[in-house]
Amino acid sequence: MMMLSVSGLSVAYGAIQAIHDVSFHVEKGEIVTLIGANGAGKSTILKTVSGLLRPKAGTIQFEDKQVHSLDPHRIVRMGLAQVPEGRRIFQRMTVLENLEMGAFARGGRADLSSGYESVFHSFPRLKERRGQLAGTLSGGEQQMLAMGRALMGRPRLLMLDEPSMGLSPILVEEIFRIIRQMNADGITILLVEQNAQMALSVADRAYVLETGRVVKEGGAASFMGDEAVRKAYLGL
Amino acid sequence: MNTLLTQIINGLHVGSVYALIALGYTMVYGIVKLINFAHGDVIMVGAYAALTLLTSAALPFWAAALLAILFCAALGVTVERVAYKPLRSAPRISSLITTIGVSFFLQNSVQMLFSPTPRPFPIRINVPTLVVGNLKVSGLTFVTILVAVALMAALEMFVRRARMGKAMRAVSEDLQAAQLMGVNINTTISMTFAIGAALAAVGAILYSTAYPSVSPTMGAMPGLKAFIAAVLGGIGIMPGAMLGGFIMGVAESLTKGYISTQLSDAVVFGILIVVLLVKPSGILGRHVSEKV
Ligand SMILES: Nc1ncnc2c1ncn2[C@@H]1O[C@H](COP(=O)(O)OP(=O)(O)OP(=O)(O)O)[C@@H](O)[C@H]1O
Ligand SMILES: [Mg+2]
Repeated sequence: MMMLSVSGLSVAYGAIQAIHDVSFHVEKGEIVTLIGANGAGKSTILKTVSGLLRPKAGTIQFEDKQVHSLDPHRIVRMGLAQVPEGRRIFQRMTVLENLEMGAFARGGRADLSSGYESVFHSFPRLKERRGQLAGTLSGGEQQMLAMGRALMGRPRLLMLDEPSMGLSPILVEEIFRIIRQMNADGITILLVEQNAQMALSVADRAYVLETGRVVKEGGAASFMGDEAVRKAYLGL
Repeated sequence: MNTLLTQIINGLHVGSVYALIALGYTMVYGIVKLINFAHGDVIMVGAYAALTLLTSAALPFWAAALLAILFCAALGVTVERVAYKPLRSAPRISSLITTIGVSFFLQNSVQMLFSPTPRPFPIRINVPTLVVGNLKVSGLTFVTILVAVALMAALEMFVRRARMGKAMRAVSEDLQAAQLMGVNINTTISMTFAIGAALAAVGAILYSTAYPSVSPTMGAMPGLKAFIAAVLGGIGIMPGAMLGGFIMGVAESLTKGYISTQLSDAVVFGILIVVLLVKPSGILGRHVSEKV
């Protein structure tokens, strides 16, 4: 079943066009990764899918609904969440309040305690720090909070924008382990990464983005195996 | 000693009104990073609304007050929807100028409807004077401070605990991240304008009972002072607006009592300049630089 289908997407910042006729899709249950260098347009695509930017052309379909003209809050409430680049946690709110905000999309009567429990199960560190202001957390803890916050909304599709950015190798391993776990728990994942090697190691399929265009797509394993691709796109 | 105490209490009286109005400036700034220069004129509209309901409609005081407050809340929401929302992604200066335009629009509309001549505000609350030892506190002063403090406490509770209050804090910290949580920013922004304008209306009624003359430009001075109070306390920070309001009121009252009435405004502005020189982000301001 198709979870997300983006076709012919073009996005511009004023006169500057950042995304040119991009098409890709994510099947239910998959981990799909978009990889590309700085400025390739990865975050722009995620922002557009979330409704924070309006496309110039193209369509975005989530499950069976067209979402490219909806406001961001409507899209989140449909079950499509994003962990944005740079985490963007609410620094002046406590860890618990951040998690509560994550469940905002589910409405005022949502049962939060089971959500907290499962987040604390995945991220035990957050439990110890639940009363602390989020701004005082370490970078790794903030990334965990950003992911836990998104999970509180019980999304069916989770988009992660560079979750490994700025983290130590051990933490990167940890974050990717949790991404696999979330996927095993039934969440479909669209992963944006510069760390192509890590991303390809967890993904089913991949798209390579270059200056706003998809230049290569295929199974993740085929990317890793292809010497030319590794040299050209992954810098390995 | 007694006169000092009396001056301070008088200062807290006018200060609590400044604080209520200052909250409107600071909440709106916190959410949309906009100084709403029309906020002072909401005070004036609130006073005229209460005046009309008290005299022409001959409503009891509580009913007139309640309706005036609701009217101002609706006005605040409407002004945002009609005048500010279309400019949300325009350069900051365009919205700023628009708020000044709205300010003139409100003043001129009221001038047209009611004439520029000031009118007396009928004071309809009779509260007995409070006597503690040989210190006399006017009942109005007591009620004003009580109402203001109760409202501020309620607002603080709302922002800390309520779902919508938390959404407001989230939006004020990171608009896009709040949207990604499923917060409808239009609702949140409307709510903020409604609360700010409602508090200004309460301020208007309390102010008019102390200075019972209502005119189309009456919002300018309390509006300006409340704005200064908000900046003094740290714009965007709610406890800062409250603190700033009380400081302004007490400083003004003490200057009037001990130095000179004419100088009171100068002293108040002087305090602002000194505080901003020492701490540009205001008394409770965070000293991190604003991310743009
Ligand atoms: N707000 C903006 N205004 C104008 N141009 C922008 C804006 N945001 C991004 N761009 C431009 O759009 C292009 C794509 O940016 P985007 O942030 O999507 O890249 P990215 O692939 O996420 O990069 P990175 O890996 O560095 O996060 C870049 O050329 C960038 O300069
Ligand atoms: Mg990016």
